[in-house]
Amino acid sequence: MLTISRELVDKIVAHARADHPDEACGVVAGPAGSDRPERFVPMENAERSPTFYRFDSMEQFRVWREMDDRDEVPVVIYHSHTATEAYPSRTDISYASEPDAHYVLVSTASDEETPFRSYRIVDGAVTEEEVKIVESYG
Amino acid sequence: MAIEVRIPTILRSYTDGAKAVNAKGSTLEELIGDLESRHPGLKDRLVDESGLRRFVNVYLNDEDVRFLGGLGTPVADGDTVTVLPAVAGGAR
Repeated sequence: MLTISRELVDKIVAHARADHPDEACGVVAGPAGSDRPERFVPMENAERSPTFYRFDSMEQFRVWREMDDRDEVPVVIYHSHTATEAYPSRTDISYASEPDAHYVLVSTASDEETPFRSYRIVDGAVTEEEVKIVESYG
Repeated sequence: MAIEVRIPTILRSYTDGAKAVNAKGSTLEELIGDLESRHPGLKDRLVDESGLRRFVNVYLNDEDVRFLGGLGTPVADGDTVTVLPAVAGGAR
């Protein structure tokens, strides 16, 4: 299960809406071992594409090093699908490389609603998990 | 002195869980060869017939080696090499 604050959900959705029709992507860092997403880090989609995303390699290096220095991990790795449902594609599964991360997918295919779903992707196997949205972590 | 190679979570099964290992070489290619001799299987996750794998980022100190000399990039004692799997995907 992914437990995430309402504020972070809103930020992810706003990023996805702002970059539509291109895919938006980013991470939410949290303290190592906590499984608690805290620090919102929107990333550049180096591909600027409606059907593909890739973190810019230099930005990824800086962000990953910053997380390392702060003893954080990428608790959530998110991206949007802009014309299809919020379910991992074959590409998403084959490139998934953080076995401990919650892979969040949002879909901006509809103007009315923005589905927000979370998955574990380990060794090519996808498991959808419940998303619990909380007002604060208490 | 040696070259420190920082290993991402997903590849630590090859390094007995170590976050960083030491290796030797005068180019990135030699370094990866040396890594392979200590941590068999690692090389195949980093390179294929055409060179560095497309969805693996390798950095020498603060630079992506793709912007330096790829596998031919010179490396020296005291350098740090960081491996990060690219974060990528998409609807297709």
